[in-house]
Amino acid sequence: MNAQGNSETSPEWPTEIHEIFRSSGIRQVAYVPDSGHAELIRLCHADPGIVCLPLTSEEEGVGLLAGAWLGGQRGALLMQSSGVGNCVNLFSLAVNCRFPLLILVTMRGEWGEFNPAQVPMGRAVRPVIEQMGGTVHRADEPDAVKPTVEAAVKLAFNTSRFVAVTLGQKLIGAKSFSVK
Amino acid sequence: MMGNSEGFISRELAVRTLLQERGEELVVIGLGSPVWDCTSAGDHPLSFPLWGAMGSAAMVGLGLAIAQPDRRVIVVTGDGEMLMGLGSLATIGAQKTENLAIAVLDNERYGETGMQHTHTAHGVNLAEMAAAAGFSETIQARDEEALTRAVQMVRFGKGPVFAALKVAGAKSSLVLPPRDGVVLKTRFREALLGPDAVKE
Repeated sequence: MNAQGNSETSPEWPTEIHEIFRSSGIRQVAYVPDSGHAELIRLCHADPGIVCLPLTSEEEGVGLLAGAWLGGQRGALLMQSSGVGNCVNLFSLAVNCRFPLLILVTMRGEWGEFNPAQVPMGRAVRPVIEQMGGTVHRADEPDAVKPTVEAAVKLAFNTSRFVAVTLGQKLIGAKSFSVK
Repeated sequence: MMGNSEGFISRELAVRTLLQERGEELVVIGLGSPVWDCTSAGDHPLSFPLWGAMGSAAMVGLGLAIAQPDRRVIVVTGDGEMLMGLGSLATIGAQKTENLAIAVLDNERYGETGMQHTHTAHGVNLAEMAAAAGFSETIQARDEEALTRAVQMVRFGKGPVFAALKVAGAKSSLVLPPRDGVVLKTRFREALLGPDAVKE
């Protein structure tokens, strides 16, 4: 097993996250795609027990998962770090009503980034989520993903809180633009 | 423009017609005047009024409709709130959720902030946008006959359904539902899912 995201071997952690989704009863998974989430999105689409749906913008997912919880279902929201900025006012819905809100954020703008436009929001992810009343757990190594996501699921659904897991760019692998 | 304008339905009549025969439907209400209107027509534990999160009402309805496929979900919101969440029309159109209906009380104004024009006052047609996004049935209602058809569609049509009710009339009387979000969430889940829902 080679779990480096930028190697040619597929990493294990997307499969591990999907297994956690199944075992913890997550039934709705919404996303704006990021290459770091591509394998998890594929697994969720292939799972008949999960409604996996794309959004036009990340904030739609905050409303969607509030509705899911009102209807008795658990969900998760997948996005890239830039998407956190799109959600900020909508986080108030989760915090004000104490909806459990689990988001998994693949990070850009940090480890080995090429694109300067990714840096400001990448740097702002943690403070923005914390300012809005959320808790941030972070994973930078493949072996840390499973326990970190498991802990986030427990905190989100056992205590009805807004919890984000940031999956570091070191884990995902910096996007290659084939620039010398 | 306000009052009994040609081509507009009384706001009070539209809301009363929409909710008067309410049974098992789950109702999500977008922030502002629609909340006061729907509460005036009768507060209900299976109503979830939004006090904020502008632009999210349709998506709250979608998540609820996916979770409860055997229940009718009706989103009642305003034109300004809907305009802030236009992307959700595309998301819902792509999902083709059969038990979801959206009814917009379209007065072409931001009613809570000084009655400024919304885009629908300048020709933007929300029902046509919903149709283009793939909603199964859509209608724009400007008179009582069309209102009756729109309400039938919202309650019984194969979704996703979108009805823009062109309304005018007196400013909504300020009948307020509970303001505590936790209370609103918990009473809804208790009424829908039973007493054990609060232990989850």
